[in-house]
Amino acid sequence: MRIFRSLLIPVLALLAALLTGAIVMLIFGDNPLKAYQGLFAGAFGDGRAWATTIRKMTPLILTGLSVAYAFKAGLLNIGASGQFIFGTVCSVAVGISMEGMPMLIHLPLAIGAGIVGGMFWGAIPGLLKVYTGAHEVIVTIMLNYVASLFAGWTVYAGGTQGQTPGPLWDPTAGAISETPDVLASAQIPWMFGPPYRVHWGVVLALLVAVLFWWLIYKSIFGFELRTVGQNIKAARYAGIAVNRTIILAMTIAGGLAGLAGAIETLGLNHKFAPEFSGAVGFDGITVALLGQTHPLGVVLAAFMFGALDGGASRMQFESGVAADIIQVIQALVLAFVAAPMIIRSIFRARWLSEAEGQATLTTGWGGN
Amino acid sequence: MLDETSTPLLFYSSPKLEERILNDQPVLQVNSITKRFPGVVANEDVSLALYPGEILALLGENGAGKSTLMNVIYGLYQPSEGEIFVKGQPVSMNSPRDAIALGIGMVHQHFQLVPVMTVAENIMLGSESVKNGLLDTRAVARRITELSERYNLAVDPYAVIEDLPVGVRQRVEIVKALYRNVDILILDEPTAVLTPQEIDGLFEVMNLLKSQGHSIIFITHKLKEVLRVADRIAVLRDGKLVGQTTPHDSTEAELAAMMVGREVILTVDKTAAHPGAAVLEIDGVAARDDLGQPALRGVSLAVHAGEIVGVAGVQGNGQTELVEVLTGLRHADGGHIRINGQELTNASPRQITDAGQMSHVPEDRHAYGMVASYDVAHNMVLNSYYRPPFARAGVINEPAIHQYATQLVAEFDVRTPSVDALAGSLSGGNQQKMVVAREFSRPLKLLVVAQPTRGIDVGSIEFIHNQIVSKRDEGVAVLVVSSELDEIMALSDRIAVMYKGEIIDIVPRSQATREGLGLLMAGVKD
Repeated sequence: MRIFRSLLIPVLALLAALLTGAIVMLIFGDNPLKAYQGLFAGAFGDGRAWATTIRKMTPLILTGLSVAYAFKAGLLNIGASGQFIFGTVCSVAVGISMEGMPMLIHLPLAIGAGIVGGMFWGAIPGLLKVYTGAHEVIVTIMLNYVASLFAGWTVYAGGTQGQTPGPLWDPTAGAISETPDVLASAQIPWMFGPPYRVHWGVVLALLVAVLFWWLIYKSIFGFELRTVGQNIKAARYAGIAVNRTIILAMTIAGGLAGLAGAIETLGLNHKFAPEFSGAVGFDGITVALLGQTHPLGVVLAAFMFGALDGGASRMQFESGVAADIIQVIQALVLAFVAAPMIIRSIFRARWLSEAEGQATLTTGWGGN
Repeated sequence: MLDETSTPLLFYSSPKLEERILNDQPVLQVNSITKRFPGVVANEDVSLALYPGEILALLGENGAGKSTLMNVIYGLYQPSEGEIFVKGQPVSMNSPRDAIALGIGMVHQHFQLVPVMTVAENIMLGSESVKNGLLDTRAVARRITELSERYNLAVDPYAVIEDLPVGVRQRVEIVKALYRNVDILILDEPTAVLTPQEIDGLFEVMNLLKSQGHSIIFITHKLKEVLRVADRIAVLRDGKLVGQTTPHDSTEAELAAMMVGREVILTVDKTAAHPGAAVLEIDGVAARDDLGQPALRGVSLAVHAGEIVGVAGVQGNGQTELVEVLTGLRHADGGHIRINGQELTNASPRQITDAGQMSHVPEDRHAYGMVASYDVAHNMVLNSYYRPPFARAGVINEPAIHQYATQLVAEFDVRTPSVDALAGSLSGGNQQKMVVAREFSRPLKLLVVAQPTRGIDVGSIEFIHNQIVSKRDEGVAVLVVSSELDEIMALSDRIAVMYKGEIIDIVPRSQATREGLGLLMAGVKD
């Protein structure tokens, strides 16, 4: 019953978003049925469709977990995007150097570099929050820009007037801004090779989700983290080192987003170019909220978003509806999840408010 | 004078006061107001009248129901029972807008001003003056200048709120109310944020308003101010009106006793204490409150094994800060705290809990004592979750926690459907029993208990008091802080009275009387 209830809002939100998307298509004279057929076929129609869905889902699991992790400590990590990019740059830097290293050492090193880079980028807002009171939302948003511009600089192709190119720029690429390919010893092997192009990173992401669940719900550290998130005063009273917990929460959230960057690069793109942006980091916010910040929910939400992304191009091809509509739908999902009142009035789910009535009792009377 | 066993419920002792009640028509009258919130009765059968051109002080401790009553009068809450009359007419108010239309204005404790806007903009907010489709700020500013000259409330209409000191912001709030032509003004704890000089100024303004026919309800818990400025005094306690008097007919000691007395006389069966060695030694401790003002000015106190030391005082005299400093939740600016001979000044809460074998029942159980969204089981191990058997090698052991919590729930008679129920769904008394169960079930040398029975039922009070005494009999040093004088008298072996951040005196229970303690609480020491 509890699982059913917690699934209800996200499922209704998705439904409402798909309905609204259909209305938008109707207004522009498109056929939503045909579009959604194409979408479904593109996401689950055959082996290649499934492969696309899984490929798109993999980084979303990790960025979703990143946002969810910080959320458990009562922090809003809007910086998964920047942490993703910074992690990517770090893992590429390791991946393109150290020639001749066996994969057994090189690959873990490159993945580790991504994690450490993301942790570093996440630790900054945590430290600033604890020691200066700077709000993590503002700091992470700003650090997104910094990471993005820094990453651009590392692959800067140099200028015609003799400006120095970026340190990771591939000279053989001519004027194109990108890094060389990571060495084969640092590439995550295919689970299903071309044309499917599914790498073992998806298994790693799922394992991390399990580890996340264990850490949050089974370990002392998770108990402390959740207590800080639920009632920071009670956490202090209980002797929990609140400041350390906040810094660690942001650091680990950053590490998860950094790992997403590492896996995406070492498994799929094999290099970094500025167009591999951090959108997947922003989608992590939606995925985390849609998944109710529970690891299983995050995996399911990432799967759903992966399917939407995966089916988009087939939809466009088969029905002529621009793939951009998928982004509209994804944004609507977030809007509906963030505003359960809308969902409630649309679906007239009165008994939902009864379930919530119980929760509001817990706040009690705060008068006087 | 009040004696120790009974508190008069209502007394009108001044002939002048009686005359007024017989002859004048009140501008505002509330009859048998009861206000209930889920699980709490905030006001019970309160009847009160306000006459033209008087200052009525509403006195009471935090949580006595003063603000709730005023919110009812200001239309923010609707009473569960009872009637309100304004100038003789029965009224029903659904919002502050209705109250303002009836001539009732309120200055809240937390100012309702937009910091980035000017004085004039704030004052016209909600009743904007428009000329040719544009805001007529100049007309508003003129009116403000007029009002500030008339009532001696100097404010610059074009100053931006965030640039103004707190005292001036309060003047803006008063002008804002006067701008809406109110003749009844409610001031909710107006002096709490002011310096002594600003308080003098406020009182001058209040008297000026009074002389021009306004009626003022002045909410406070500061006795000296009441005696200085009020024409009449009404005292609220536990949501009920316990008495009305005038400054002429009462003393600070009487008012203090009325504020903190309890109708149910508490008795605790206990034998004489056998104090042992000093467990807690506080030596010249100084600390500041949340606003950075000095709250503790050199507090020294020792608590010995096997005795209960009660800390009495009107709320806001440093008791909260003292407990927070002792338990590691507030930084001490000076002095020393030793527990079992170990120096633990400014140690972390966990160090103090572990090294000092200290337990702490916090004053505010909702904010500090529990996590409302956790179940009872996890609240029972809120500060021992990391120890075996509740955790081993960093892993939480759910069955052990469950078993331990089930045992404590039975032992301490916590009424809950199961240990899986959310702590927030329990009644106040059972939440407190849960906190007490957790804190009392560890190996202890020192117990710090703050407001142990605030807002809970009589049955739970008795249970918790007996638990505290049995801990003492086991040889634990107990420090009880309470604003309930009866609780302090019932439990303590020695009583320390706090006044303005100092311990003004320490008296053995056998020599303590209500009158004597009341005088000390008012800062009077012979």
